[in-house]
Amino acid sequence: MKRARACVLRVGGTNCDEEIKVALEELGLRTDVVHMDWLEKGDVHKYQLLVFPGGFSYGDYVRAGAVWGKRVVSKIRRDLERFIESGRLVMGICNGFQVLVESGALPGGDGAFSETPKAVLANNSSARYECRWTYLRCENGSTPFTSKIPVGEVLKIPVGHGEGRFIVESEELLRELIKENRVTFRYALPSGKAAEGAYPFNPNGSEYDIAAICNKEGNVMGMMPHPERAFFGWQAVGYGGPEGAGDGRRIFESIIEHIEGL
Amino acid sequence: MKEGLVRSICKDPPILAADLREAADKDLVEISSAMGLALSLQEMKAIQGHFGRPLTDVELQTFGQTWSEHCIHKTFRGEIQTEGGVVNSLLKSYIARATMELSKPWCFSVFEDNAGLVEFDEGHVIAAKVETHNHPSAIEPFGGAATGVGGVIRDILGVWGEPIALSDVLCFGPLDIDYSELAPGIKHPRYIFNGVVAGVGNYGNNMGIPNVSGAVLFDRNYAGNVVVYCGCFGILPKSGYVKDTKDGDLAILVGGRTGRDGIHGVTFASTDLPEESEGLRSAVQIPNPLVEERLRRAVIRIRDEGLATGITDLGGGGISCATGEMANRSKLGLTVELDAVILKEPDLAPWEIWVSESQERMLLSAPERNLGRITEIFREEELESCVLGRFNKTGRIRACFKGATVCDLDLDFLYNPPRTTRRASRASAVRKPLILEKPKDLKVELLRVLSDPNIRSREEIVRTYDHEVRGVTVVKPLQGFEGGHNDAAVLKPLRGSWMGVVISCGITPFYPDPYWMAGCSLEEALRNNVAVGGRRIAILDNFVWGNPEKEDRMGSLLRACEACYHFAKAFETPFISGKDSLYNESPMGPVRPTLLITGVGIIPDVRRAVTMELKRAEDPVYLIGVTKEELCGSAYLRVKGVEGGAWPEVDAASSKSLMDALTKAIDAGHVAACHDLSEGGAGVAAAEMVLGSCLGMELDFRQMIHETTRSDFVLFSESQGRFLVEVREDQEEEFKKVFKGLPARRMGRVLGERKLEITDLEGGKISVDLEELAYAWRGISWN
Repeated sequence: MKRARACVLRVGGTNCDEEIKVALEELGLRTDVVHMDWLEKGDVHKYQLLVFPGGFSYGDYVRAGAVWGKRVVSKIRRDLERFIESGRLVMGICNGFQVLVESGALPGGDGAFSETPKAVLANNSSARYECRWTYLRCENGSTPFTSKIPVGEVLKIPVGHGEGRFIVESEELLRELIKENRVTFRYALPSGKAAEGAYPFNPNGSEYDIAAICNKEGNVMGMMPHPERAFFGWQAVGYGGPEGAGDGRRIFESIIEHIEGL
Repeated sequence: MKEGLVRSICKDPPILAADLREAADKDLVEISSAMGLALSLQEMKAIQGHFGRPLTDVELQTFGQTWSEHCIHKTFRGEIQTEGGVVNSLLKSYIARATMELSKPWCFSVFEDNAGLVEFDEGHVIAAKVETHNHPSAIEPFGGAATGVGGVIRDILGVWGEPIALSDVLCFGPLDIDYSELAPGIKHPRYIFNGVVAGVGNYGNNMGIPNVSGAVLFDRNYAGNVVVYCGCFGILPKSGYVKDTKDGDLAILVGGRTGRDGIHGVTFASTDLPEESEGLRSAVQIPNPLVEERLRRAVIRIRDEGLATGITDLGGGGISCATGEMANRSKLGLTVELDAVILKEPDLAPWEIWVSESQERMLLSAPERNLGRITEIFREEELESCVLGRFNKTGRIRACFKGATVCDLDLDFLYNPPRTTRRASRASAVRKPLILEKPKDLKVELLRVLSDPNIRSREEIVRTYDHEVRGVTVVKPLQGFEGGHNDAAVLKPLRGSWMGVVISCGITPFYPDPYWMAGCSLEEALRNNVAVGGRRIAILDNFVWGNPEKEDRMGSLLRACEACYHFAKAFETPFISGKDSLYNESPMGPVRPTLLITGVGIIPDVRRAVTMELKRAEDPVYLIGVTKEELCGSAYLRVKGVEGGAWPEVDAASSKSLMDALTKAIDAGHVAACHDLSEGGAGVAAAEMVLGSCLGMELDFRQMIHETTRSDFVLFSESQGRFLVEVREDQEEEFKKVFKGLPARRMGRVLGERKLEITDLEGGKISVDLEELAYAWRGISWN
């Protein structure tokens, strides 16, 4: 059993917490699934990794992740700021990515949070839910989430969302994200070349084929694809064979290597 | 109606009372209709004869709900008069009889509870249930379909199961039908289609339960009668299955609030759809998956802590049916305090609270000492709950409201309604000769069949359903990046075990003879299951039929049930659960008799599961089974607009030995890919394997074992019991040994290039490249 501990947060409507716990535990990490309303002040500091999982938080009736994002700000922002500033890791997957964006933690501001959201995950350009496998090109192999994945390598990981089209506030911010190497994964063609918006390889019409980004320090990452659904080889039958590992496992392995060193 | 028969006995709350003692037959019929009870004269007379006092509206509504076709299945349990004598209960004589006679030790609980339960491994059972939601979906497609999914998920929660997968089978009218061809009051199939697909996707995605299996059918007949089947599958530890409500236990209602939505859902589902159906919108419930997601968590936590003694969902009939059933099951009684029920809006009449079908509600029974902990769990999961009352030994269901007793009924009488009698005429299809000119170009015929709405890719629909959530889907509805359609889904529900659940379906309503139609549906469900590696299959039946009070509808239902018995016995696959939806009639006529069979199998090791994707160039391709000249009702003839010839029949003995051999070959690792032959026959199956792969296929139909006379017939015959198999080249000899003495023949090989090459019976060559196949099948150019 590893020293580090992970917390998978949930609220009503979260539904991908269990499989993330399975993935983390499989790698020896003690993992608690905790309802955000049960968190007492300071509780998060018991952990080295916080995960915001996928689902439809609060029904996502407003805009995906918007309600949970605002509740994060009003309830645990102080704790989360300290958590992030101490260099621990926060990861958002799918709805969790939407929550981090809506709360201002991604792309982030001068501090851990921007006061208003600087980006949005808008409805897919196909105007419908898309459940499909995607090719992801690693763009930055030196974050704590990607240290075991060389730049240019292509991972096969599925998406499942209706709102995943990443749009940023301004051209400048997009250029900044690219320049600062904060786009960690892009949707790609099987060859590894960027999808350049081509459907279905870019499944949602994201700007610059963005599938995942991180904050300035690299310790907060959000991604639309679900690495926990490509953790075991058998989840990806037909892509890599039933034995062995799925491509998503390497993201979790990178994370664990990092937090064990904290 | 005679004056004074129905009168108000209380203004606040509003309560009516009906004195049936003085009522003439026509008054009884009128009361049933005016109160929306949908009870027959015979049933009204039974109530009249039983009570020496006036009945409240709450009590009469209780009978309307409990004795409805939807709740008590009176046609399936009733007596049927036929030319050949009397059939005493379709359920007992056919469906459940097969299960009883097979008496499989792995059947854990069948036909008793909200869902059927079969053993999975030593410590766990699988729960399975399939429902229909046709009438609601015809009126309000999104809400109707979504609450269909929500309802069947609660059936799994209602046996303490953790839901792990969903399925949906949908039948629509042609999407391009002209408005002028629709009867007044019928909504356009495109509108229904969009709403139903969105509703099914929305509820499942929000709940985070993968939708892994299904089918979509189009036919003019379904324009007036949309068919929506929703299935849910779950898993639970054997020790978690607790149904033992005790005297003194509390009845706890939890989940969504109770409102005026879904009033009379069951009675409306138990009659034909009238032209003015729009006014029935209030009978359709409103979905809120967010509440059900919390319910799921709470129910599983309560199960794991062992806090409750019983559970059931609130579906048809609302509180009236759920409380009555729970009390009756344990031979107890219950007094319900209707004041305790948390309402969506004030001023509901007591009978409305009693029968409302508002969604996302469950009923639990638990000893009082556990109430504190249970309520705490509900609070933590942000759920509202209330105590309805306490179970007692009276054997009576009572309801009180504002101090007055508004219902007081003997459960014994309530749950033993008068037997319904139906009449059935003899129903078999008459065979007509097949008159069809030989086609000039087989390639054109193949592309036409591939582009038919009933054959073409379902990707546009399936991608909007999350089939990967929970991370346990091994064989997916869409295979690989190419999106080929697998025959069945395989899930790996337990962390520490390689064992898998295999889910498949069979539905063949286009074969005209009801007996063989049912046989083929059953065989197709098994064939699909076996094709991916499933075995030890349990099956579920869902009949969608017209008005059973009409002799011809009843006749075909009887024949279909006979087939269910015969083939379930022959294949040794017990029925574990079922649900019938009758009265599917609209101003456009009765629904085409439609039987869905769902198969739930297991596979010892999911790593052995087989997909339909071709794996390696040069591997040999075998066709298993015999091709007969069976084209009546086939996709080929329907595309041509031709009827006639023989319809497919099922040779159970031969089919079973082929399936057993295939399972053996899969377990031994000889099979690289497999696809069953169904709609569109060998031609379509081969094309689908190429479409779902990065490779191609070459087949010589002169090698086929067949009893036909023409190339288009061998290509498109829909004979049952057949598979196309890619055999691992280095294991071909072993594979042949497994199939020694059985009809299995090498037809060709896998090609490195993505194309389909066919040699027909006369030696003519057809070559279809991927672009042509994809254009026809997907309706778009691909890659």
